[in-house]
Amino acid sequence: MGSDFFEITVNFIKIAVIFLLMVQMVPLLVWVERRGSAFIQNRFGPNRIGPLGLVQNLADLVKFLCKEDFLGHKGRKNFFYAAPVLSLIPAALAFGAIPLSSPVTIQAFEWLGRSWGPYTFYFQSFVISIGIVFVLGVSSLAVYSLLLAGWSSGSKFSLYGALRASAQAISYELALSLSIVGILLLFSTFSFSEIIAAQNNPLQFYFFGKQVSIPFLPNWGIFYQPLGAILLFVALFAEANRLPFDLPEAEAELVAGYHTEYSGVKIIMFYMGEYGHMLVASALMVTFYFGGYTLWPFLTPEKLNLLFSSFHPSWNSILTSLILHGVFMLKLLFFLWVFIWVRWTLPRFRYDQLMDLGWKTLLPWALVNTIVTGVWIFLMRSF
Amino acid sequence: MNSLIPIFVCVLIVVTFGGLMLSVAAWFGAKAKSPATKAKSLPYECGLEGQEKESSRVPVQFYLTAILFILFDIEIIFLYPWALTFNDFLSQGQGLEVLLAMIIFLLIFVYGLFWEIFSKALSWK
Repeated sequence: MGSDFFEITVNFIKIAVIFLLMVQMVPLLVWVERRGSAFIQNRFGPNRIGPLGLVQNLADLVKFLCKEDFLGHKGRKNFFYAAPVLSLIPAALAFGAIPLSSPVTIQAFEWLGRSWGPYTFYFQSFVISIGIVFVLGVSSLAVYSLLLAGWSSGSKFSLYGALRASAQAISYELALSLSIVGILLLFSTFSFSEIIAAQNNPLQFYFFGKQVSIPFLPNWGIFYQPLGAILLFVALFAEANRLPFDLPEAEAELVAGYHTEYSGVKIIMFYMGEYGHMLVASALMVTFYFGGYTLWPFLTPEKLNLLFSSFHPSWNSILTSLILHGVFMLKLLFFLWVFIWVRWTLPRFRYDQLMDLGWKTLLPWALVNTIVTGVWIFLMRSF
Repeated sequence: MNSLIPIFVCVLIVVTFGGLMLSVAAWFGAKAKSPATKAKSLPYECGLEGQEKESSRVPVQFYLTAILFILFDIEIIFLYPWALTFNDFLSQGQGLEVLLAMIIFLLIFVYGLFWEIFSKALSWK
């Protein structure tokens, strides 16, 4: 985590801040969802509390905090309390592995009488060279929290809701993993930073043996893998339990499914986990298919470094990072809006339709995507 | 090992945050003034009383889905090293053998998938 005290402290604060970033997106997203869904449905959303209804979430949080903490006599208390916390961990870990901006390099400086050496701070909670596999593995842990929540509630509705939710989650994980194989064929690396760096160039690919470079389009994954992007997006919807795959928490179906018996702050934590998964899903889409935090040819780390070259190199690096982080956040917010938009537009799938979609539609198409990508790359390179 | 320490720190921060929220709720939350009545502590049953049969039967489809998931997940795991090193093999001129090997593997995979789709192992009623 760092060699000396300054670096360790900054890294620790960075991990906490990135997790809190995920947490504070929840009130923002809930507000956007309530106002946005109201806009889609041609009505007003909450607009009484605070200007534009912005304080509504605080009021809701206070209400939830004051609820009674109750569990029926068939429930198991320890797992019941552990399950919401457990649902936060996969989302937080997955979000921490994705780079949110370019690394910040700080030159040696003098402070308190000793010189603190040059540092490199990466804009992610932890730097893992196996980023993709780590995110996939950790997202699979979300199934545990669903099962634990449903089983420890001690109610048949919760148990069935949890089983259905977990069956849905694991079915769509297959399509998710297969879509990522397409990305791996293109970029040949697991590490997110290298994938973003590869997208920082003009569009270049092999075409019947010659290398072709198109100068005005960036090297984004969406141009190479449109089908893979759609498959990944749909599979990520199902992983986050969002409509139209909303059945495990649907209201008319199973009385809120696996979180029937939860009240108060624990439901808030489940929602945090769900919105955290949404956040990770949007971040993955942005990183794989839309260039991450760069926007070639306008906003790349090299061009921004050149722009700020009259500053001190540390400030140069910090400003570059902040602007690229803004780029990433704009793309992320766009995808989050698409999540919310789709939720309030499409009707919910029936459960057997849902499972059919996962196994009989997404999985074969993901296989087709893999085979076609492999064969295409081979043919284009070898002539 | 050094680069994995932030992961544990992150998990610790998340668990602390969760524990804090739970304890704040326990402190602020309404307390039950009297011991819970029998009706309150029954599992939720849409207002009816005690419809729980003792043998709750879970449909077998869940079990089948889980087992099929494991099998296909392991096949996907075999795809990952291939996808990672495919470009290297191509630049060394051995792309054709590697591609054909993986296509044969995927054909066995696809045959298995289509067999189990048509045999209605995945049909939910």
